[in-house]
Parts: sequence; structure tokens; C-alpha cells
Amino acid sequence: MLLRLPPDNRKEAMSALAVDSLYKVFGKGARQAVAELESGVPRDQLTNQKVTAAVIDHNFEIASGEIFVVMGLSGSGKSTLIRMLNGLLEPTAGSIWIDGVELGGLSNKGIRELRRDKVSMVFQHFALLPHRTVLENVAFGLEIKKTPTAERTAKALETVEMVGLAGQEDKLPSQLSGGMRQRVGLARALAADTEILLMDEAFSALDPLIRQEMQDQLLDLQKTLNKTIVFITHDLNEAMKIGDRIAICDGRIVQLGTAEDILLHPADDYVAEFTADVDRSRVLTAEAVMEPCGNTDTSDFDTVESDTLVSELYEHVLSSEDPVLVVDDRADPLGVVTPRGIIKSLAPEPDDEADAAVEEPEHA
Amino acid sequence: MIDYLHDWFWTYIWKPLPDIPFGDWMESFVRWARDAWAPLFEGTNTFLESLHTGLSDALLWLPSGLMVIIFAAIAYFAKGWRLAALVGVGMFVAAWTPYWEETMESLAMVLIATVIATVLAIPLGILAAENRTASAIARPILDFMQTLPQFVYLLPVVMLWGIGVTPGIIATIIFCMPPGVRLTELGIRQVDQEVVEAGQAFGASPAKILAGIKLPLALPTIAAGLNQVIMLALSMVVIAGMVGGGGLGGVIVSALGRVEIAKGFNAGLAVVVLAVFLDRVMQGLADRTPVARAARVRA
Repeated sequence: MLLRLPPDNRKEAMSALAVDSLYKVFGKGARQAVAELESGVPRDQLTNQKVTAAVIDHNFEIASGEIFVVMGLSGSGKSTLIRMLNGLLEPTAGSIWIDGVELGGLSNKGIRELRRDKVSMVFQHFALLPHRTVLENVAFGLEIKKTPTAERTAKALETVEMVGLAGQEDKLPSQLSGGMRQRVGLARALAADTEILLMDEAFSALDPLIRQEMQDQLLDLQKTLNKTIVFITHDLNEAMKIGDRIAICDGRIVQLGTAEDILLHPADDYVAEFTADVDRSRVLTAEAVMEPCGNTDTSDFDTVESDTLVSELYEHVLSSEDPVLVVDDRADPLGVVTPRGIIKSLAPEPDDEADAAVEEPEHA
Repeated sequence: MIDYLHDWFWTYIWKPLPDIPFGDWMESFVRWARDAWAPLFEGTNTFLESLHTGLSDALLWLPSGLMVIIFAAIAYFAKGWRLAALVGVGMFVAAWTPYWEETMESLAMVLIATVIATVLAIPLGILAAENRTASAIARPILDFMQTLPQFVYLLPVVMLWGIGVTPGIIATIIFCMPPGVRLTELGIRQVDQEVVEAGQAFGASPAKILAGIKLPLALPTIAAGLNQVIMLALSMVVIAGMVGGGGLGGVIVSALGRVEIAKGFNAGLAVVVLAVFLDRVMQGLADRTPVARAARVRA
């Protein structure tokens, strides 16, 4: 197969999925609006008020095996973005590269082949076929790939078991709970055996407890499957729990980074507003809250690994009078964690400039 | 003041206008078509007439007593014992009237008209669902077909095909088709967009999405449309009696002419029996579509 490489940037062809100055504007006059947006006009100040700019200047690369979370409120363009990634929507401008192939250069048939072999999707409201059994739903992708029946059934059964639905193969979706239905949706996507998995608010329609269960299961599965996952959510807690990296969207990408990055250094007020609600103890690690050891004798201290979550540190810290020593993977000391350090880390600390900006009007 | 306006309109608008030409246009079109496309009309005439004779003969081949049992059996398989009993009693009454032969003729006409109407309506409905322009064109035509009084169809149809069974079947097809098209379109448009997207996202071709997702999910609605098609066909078949369509319509028309209440009522009873049979059996079949069955299943 001929690989079409982007002229200026070969590495885009190397990552599992790359997006280059991607725009999606709905409505007549979209092209002009893109030109305006390119020059930095905010999307609510476009001359043509009839167009809707959903995705503005997205640039990112997703490495193979990474969980990339796109987070934003409704109307932030996240659903539009994910639908462009498998060609359900066509970008207004910019390009998308999957496994080194540019989507824009593909025919309809080429796009369908790409969806069959490279990208599958999990939907918010499950999107199962109501008249087909669990097994038949899971086998849907394979059926379209024209996998032979015996192989198809075997593969579907295996996937059904993998997501914990063994014994439910012959039920209809209407006989299952929401969580179980979404497992069928997940199994259908996994059975298609694609490298990339798009998850569109996959857990948003589920009860909070079931949602956590599904998040844990996804992380668990990911350890063995190592898929490239693009996960859309409006819940920052969810984003931070499962995402290796998070892109916070509001038309444009406001901030892109790891959970810790975003929590400790929110790019602007929009991001800061989200992070205020996040359970910091489940995101921050010992490394982020530790203080330097200085010259203290640390030989008697309990030790924890640097990537231990703060929420798992409480017991260690409470059980001894001494601080807890943070070590790296070669057991070299990095710093110490004290109760004070933990408490300090849990309160969001607005940086000084923001403080000043808030206080000024009060003085006036 | 009103009087003045009235006069003004009369003098300056209505009086100078020539007589309304639409009716004449239609008439000259029909006359022209009759001559220009004569082979077409003769062909359809022979085809439909032999179809109708064949089917009527088939329905009348067995004695009426046996047919009553067969109809009850069909009802049993479509829905169950209760409907079988109802249809059995109803058909027995129809066979008891002196019009069993006419009843079967009408049934044959309804079946032929609905099958042809369905074969035309479903593809049209699919086209209208997939294509906005087709939908925009189809809508007013369907409205026109459905609201034009049934008797008005008969005139041009009789002029084109002459008196007999064929004009009855043609008029019935035209009259009963619209709900089939409409509800097919509606059913397909109502299919959950996310499920269609799922089909696309897994790389299904448009044909596969139509056959594997849209049509099965729209089937209950389409079946409801076909039910209406059958009912309209039955109502039209009676009117077709006026143009020599025979069957129960013929009996009713002649009873009407001579004010024979008993005759008219007996034939009317047979129509009701046919209606109940067709309606309930169709409903029973609609409930058996996979999607309708799945909707009833709960944990």
C-alpha cells in the first residue's frame, strides 16, 4: 500500500493516530469561517453568526497503546471530533492520519475498509440491534468483515467472556441492564479486533457505581489488549482516572497534558473550574506532594513508590510518627511525604497572579 | 361595502376568466393516452384479469366449508385460538350468505391490489426516506392520491381500461398505496440514528445498513402501513363494483340501485368479515417481526 506522508512532518505517519490543524464548521460559509478562526478570532465572534464552529485547530498525536481522553462540556465539539476520526463526518479543513494513511485521500470504499480493519467505536446509548442476541450483536463487526461463521462465533464468544458476560450470549439487549448492554457494545468493538477504539461518552449513560466498574474493567482490559483508545467524556474525574493524556476542549483545545499537569497547572479559568471538582487524591501521586528530604536521616522511614496515588498514602502516613519516604524504581530516595504535605496538596492552590486578580476589585 | 367588493370581483376577475380548464386538460390527456398507449392498457388488462380469474378460481376450488377451516387455520398461525374462533365464525356466516363466490372474488382483488401496491410502495418509501428531494416530490402526490374522492379515480381508469375487473384493481392500487409509502418512509426515518451510525462505524455498506439495520428496525411501522393498505384496498374494492369489478361491490351496488336492504346487508356483513380477517391476521404477522418480538421481551 502506498503511504501518503505529510510533506513537512514525517512523524505524524508514525503515531497510531494524528490530527493536523483540524477544523469542523457546520453551516454555509464554513470555509470563510475557518479562515477567520485561523487568524485567532474566538468562535462566538465570527462575522457569520449562522455557522457553528465545533472543532477548531486541533493538533495532536496519539501513540499506539495510549488512552487519550477528550474532555469538554456539551457543545465543545468532542462528539464532532470523534466522528471525524473514523470518517463519519468530513473535516472542513485539516487532515487526519491513521496508521500513516490520510483519511481525506480515501474513497468511500477505502473509508469503510479502514473502519472494518482499523477503527471501531463504542456509543453513548449502546446502539445495539434490538432484535439480535448478545452474541449476534458482538459478532456484527466480524459479519461485516465477512469472517467465516465458525471463526466469527468463536471470536465473539471469547470476547463476550472477556467483558464478563459469559452465559448471557443468547439474551436480547432488552433483557440486560444498562451496564451489561454497554459491555456488549464494548465487546462488539473489541471483537472487531481493531487497533484503535473510539469511545463516545461510552460510560456517561450509566449509574455512577456501574460507571466506575466499567472504568476499572476498561483499564483492566487495556493492560492485556494495549489498544489505542480515544475516549470522549464530560466528566473530568473519569478523564483523569483513565486517561494517559487529556485534551480539554472548548472548540479549540484549551489544554493538553497528563492528569497531574492539568490539575497542578490549569491553563485558564475554564480548566480551573473543572479541576475544582476533581478528587485530587486520586490523581496526584506521592511524587507530586512530597517535600525534599534535606539532611534528615531517612533510613527508618516507611517507603512508597513515587507513582503511588495520594489516596493510597493515608494509611502509611497515619501509621507512623515519621514522614513516609518516596523512592523511585531503583529505591533511591526522592523526598518525603508528611501529613501537612498531603493536606496542602488536596486544596487547590490558585497561583499568585490569579489571586491578585480576584482580590483587586475588593480593594478598590 | 361587501356588496361592492362582490360586484367588483365578479366584474373584473370572475367574469373575464374562461371556464376552469383543469378538468378539460385531464380529459384530453386521458383521451390522448388511451390512443397513444393502447398496447400498454391492453397488456395490463389481460395480465390483471387473468391473475384475478386464476386467484378467484383457486379460492373457489375447494368447497366453502373447507375454506372456512383453512381461513381459521391461517388465523390460528398468525395470532392464536381466539382469532381462529372469531374468523371461523365470521367466515361461516359469509359462507352462509348467498355471496360466498363474490366474497372470494373480492378477496382475490384485495390480495392482488395490495401485493402490487406493496411492491411499489416499499421501494418508493425507501427512496423517500433516503433522499430529501424524492420525499419532497412524493409528499404532495401522495396527498393528492389519498384525498381525491375515490369515485373520481374511477372515471379516467374506466376510460383507459374499460369496464371490468382491471379498472377496479388499478383504482384500488392507486388509492391504497399512499399509507404504504408514507409509513415505510416514516419507519426508516425513525430508526435510531446511533444504531445506523454503529453500522457505518463498523464499515457496513449502505446496502447492508439498509437490509440489516434500517429495514428490520422499521418493519413494525411498515407492517402497520401495510395493514392500512389492506383496509383501504378493501374499502375501494366495494366501490370498484360500480365499474363492473364484480365481487361484493357488485352485489352492494345492485342492492343500492333497487333498495334491497336484505341483500345489501348480507353482502355488507361479508365485507366486515373479510376486513376483520385481513386486519387481524396482518396485525398478528406484524407482531411476529423480530424487532416487535424483541420489544416484548423483558428480563
